[in-house]
Amino acid sequence: MAANGSLLELRRINQIYGGGEQTFTAIRDVTLTLNEGEFATLMGPTGCGKSTLLRIITGLQPPTAGEVLYRGKPLRGVNPHATIVFQTFALFPWLTVQENVEVALKARGVPPKLRITRALDLLDRVGLDGFENAYPRELSGGMLQKVGFARAMAVEPELLCLDEPFSALDVLSAESLRGELLELWTGGVIPTRAILLATHNIEEAVLLADRILVMDKDPGRVIMNLKVELPHPRQRKDPKFLNLVDRVYMVLAGHTQPEHVEMGTAPGEPGRTRALPHINIDDLTGLMEHLDAMPDNRADIYALARELQVNSDELLRLIEAAELLGFATIAYGDITLNPLGETFAEASIRARKEIFATRIRRLPLFKWLLSMLRATDKKQLEWDVIQKALELEFHEEEAERQLDTAIDWGRYAELLAYDDSSQILFLEPGGGIGFGKKEVLPHEQP
Amino acid sequence: MSQPSRLFRIAQPLLRPLTWGDAVVILGLALLLYLGIRLGLGAPAVVKGPEIDLAPRVLPYYVGLSLGRMLAAYFLSILFSMAFGYLAARSRSAEKVLIPLLDVLQSIPILSFLPVALLSLSAVLPIPWAVELSSIVLIFTSQAWNIGFAWYQSLTTIPRNLGQASTIFNFNRWLRFKTLELPFAAISLIWNSMASWAGGWFFLMAAEIFSVGERNFRLPGLGAYLQEAANQGSLEAIAWGLGALVLTIVTLDQLVWRPLLAWSERFTMSLVESPNPPTAWFYDALRNSRMLHFLTASVGRPLWQRVDEWLCRSPSPFRVTDKPKRRRVWVWYVLLAAASLPLVYGLFLTVKMLGMLPLEKWGEIARGTLITLLRVIAALIIALGWTIPAGVAIGSNPRLSAWLQPMVQVAASLPATALFPILLLLVLGLPGGLNVAAILLMLLGTQWYLLFNIIAGASAIPRELRYTSDLLQLSRWERWRSLILPAIFPYTITGAIAAGGGAWNASVVAEYTQFGGETFHTIGVGALIAEATGAGNFPLLLAATLALILTVVIINRFFWQRLYRLAEERYRME
Repeated sequence: MAANGSLLELRRINQIYGGGEQTFTAIRDVTLTLNEGEFATLMGPTGCGKSTLLRIITGLQPPTAGEVLYRGKPLRGVNPHATIVFQTFALFPWLTVQENVEVALKARGVPPKLRITRALDLLDRVGLDGFENAYPRELSGGMLQKVGFARAMAVEPELLCLDEPFSALDVLSAESLRGELLELWTGGVIPTRAILLATHNIEEAVLLADRILVMDKDPGRVIMNLKVELPHPRQRKDPKFLNLVDRVYMVLAGHTQPEHVEMGTAPGEPGRTRALPHINIDDLTGLMEHLDAMPDNRADIYALARELQVNSDELLRLIEAAELLGFATIAYGDITLNPLGETFAEASIRARKEIFATRIRRLPLFKWLLSMLRATDKKQLEWDVIQKALELEFHEEEAERQLDTAIDWGRYAELLAYDDSSQILFLEPGGGIGFGKKEVLPHEQP
Repeated sequence: MSQPSRLFRIAQPLLRPLTWGDAVVILGLALLLYLGIRLGLGAPAVVKGPEIDLAPRVLPYYVGLSLGRMLAAYFLSILFSMAFGYLAARSRSAEKVLIPLLDVLQSIPILSFLPVALLSLSAVLPIPWAVELSSIVLIFTSQAWNIGFAWYQSLTTIPRNLGQASTIFNFNRWLRFKTLELPFAAISLIWNSMASWAGGWFFLMAAEIFSVGERNFRLPGLGAYLQEAANQGSLEAIAWGLGALVLTIVTLDQLVWRPLLAWSERFTMSLVESPNPPTAWFYDALRNSRMLHFLTASVGRPLWQRVDEWLCRSPSPFRVTDKPKRRRVWVWYVLLAAASLPLVYGLFLTVKMLGMLPLEKWGEIARGTLITLLRVIAALIIALGWTIPAGVAIGSNPRLSAWLQPMVQVAASLPATALFPILLLLVLGLPGGLNVAAILLMLLGTQWYLLFNIIAGASAIPRELRYTSDLLQLSRWERWRSLILPAIFPYTITGAIAAGGGAWNASVVAEYTQFGGETFHTIGVGALIAEATGAGNFPLLLAATLALILTVVIINRFFWQRLYRLAEERYRME
């Protein structure tokens, strides 16, 4: 498809939530252009505002500031030439597959007879011939998303937005659906002029797109505009392909900074508070052990994703945690285990907890939390109090996630205890003052 | 894991701390009460209704009349609910007043004051019309609130992605209603309609015969028949009336509600098929009927399609992301300012009327409220005493529960009010007389809510946990303490909130009844209200009703709310 002029233009889009002192910038100064004939992806970690941006682009949500231009004209309300395919399919469970497609046509005022032929034709094209009368609950995830695609195609959108359409599917269905999407797109059988795909899966982005817009979070912004000039069909094992994946990982994983930069400041202090990556500690331990077994304790991040069978979003969070805790160093898309990380990987369960405890006590967010707790009479605080304080730095949802993560880490390190029924957080006896005061009970496995 | 079979899904009152909305609501209600009473004073002095015939052969006719009234009231309820739900779901400021309003309205005995207010209609309408309309509105007040809640809750909990899909595909108002809002709400609306009809039957007797002072109003109907039979002390007529009532309720259950439930199974949001969907023989029969198929295919569907196409053609709201209009807020303020003067004056008059009440009457109201409160508590304790073991026994045994479920449901929709006369005969001889009997009467109306919910709770206990407690060889007491009681706790609270509300409502009829030409009454705020209505003592009626409203609201907000929150946070298994 020939590129001829811009279809969509975003000018300094900002999305700010909240008001007064507690404002949170979800998207900052996003400016981009989407040309006709282009398949672009918005690629970035969870929470970087991809979905919000898609809603702004389609007009479902007006931005706080900035302008959306469609074919050179400012967009007002919902864009009638655009549509979205949703991650969770968004099919009406009480309508059959055919009715789900038809209803989109009905809303456009297509007469009944034409509606039926068009719906059947579309279902046939996505390979759902024979399932017209099935209800969504009878279909698998992959088939449901095919209905989602058929419905989106039905309105013949010029701009097709895909909001993580493959994330809720199993690996094989996702792979086959990706292929089918590419077939429809490169074959030119659909009137779509441009596709914008939001994803957190790096390989998916490199596999499908002509251009990758890499976004980062806190605040959500575009940090890289990468052209992909590989011909379709692309081979995942092709060195050029791997090189591109590596580059994106490199940008997203970043480089390990000096410690004070890496750790940020405590909440309430000037400077940015470093958010704790939301991870499962067992996964982190697994990653450390895996790296420990590698030659030179070093690995290519993009290769890790394949070996460990985790998605890129999750892997990046784990790597961030390892970096933040000082267990590993990141440089040029590689991760290297530090001596400390090596010790951690080889230590006993109990010793790991102690190492973990010393490390997290250095984090400004933890220092702040522990000193707040120590300052109270009973060495305890209510969840809500801490959350309110955290909301000065993070938006509500993120503050909750931060506190959740902090409690999880604190519990693992035996620094904190939390009673869920009273929602009270308190210091473990001896916790927060100095570790190692706890006796190892005889029946506990060292 | 077995699907928790919820017998009654009634929209929960949204329990929140007291807000300014509550204050507005209570002040507004006081004012309305006052206005109603004022208007009621202007009604003609003596109104004689038609004589109620007690011969069994009139029963079909009477049942027809009562059904007609119920149906009219039900449609009114649906209209009200739709308007209420949209208004409350769309506008933040409307929501702040409307939700507490509904919350209060559904927990107070409207029966106590509405007849008075409604009879003011007779000042403008011919008397038969006014009485008929009053009756319908009275039934409406026992049906509307929970449907309104259900619709509001559905509108506010529509999954975000479905809402966005409707917007991105440019659904117009009608298509959005038909494809998204109504189907999503359908199941909850049907369950709540069933509950509403049960509520309607409960108040039918009071809605067809009511007297205000010297003025006695009556309408031919099943409720009036039962009431008259009780007044004359005719056991035979009571038996006939009850028989007709049971038959009507069972028929409706089999021919309307069961089929509707079976049909509505398609509207579940879950993406897995339910292992034991509700079934109904009548629904299956309809589906297999050739004639019906022919009729829908040749007449119904084409006609419907034409209407549908026409409605779909109205313009789509392309601009959904409009900025809020400042102008509207401004208009509201002006209206508010304009309305506030007469409002203040009205409130002043209300207070003045309350001031006419002598001090000792206030003492009587306080004492009555306290005594009624004790009765409500006693009724709840007795109800808990038998429903917990029975409910757990039924709920833990799927076969027993499948067999008992329809029966319990029918039993629950039998209006306790109809059974009062018989019960009175039995208990009046007991020591304590009506004083104790009133507790039993309250119990009769309220225990079902508890039973239903406990059955639902017990059947929702995951099988794995049951196995675990078997494997651990927990003693009977340990098992109750660590598994069963915590598991049914949220359900019990939900049931107890409904039961408590029901008991307060029933106090008006339970503490003051007429039977065989005699009046029996005991001390209590319900009796005070009924007495004041009967004697036309309007200041007392106003004061006692307000006292009742305040008590119920305070108990709901300060007692039930905490338990409910505890239950939701700690013991919810889902």
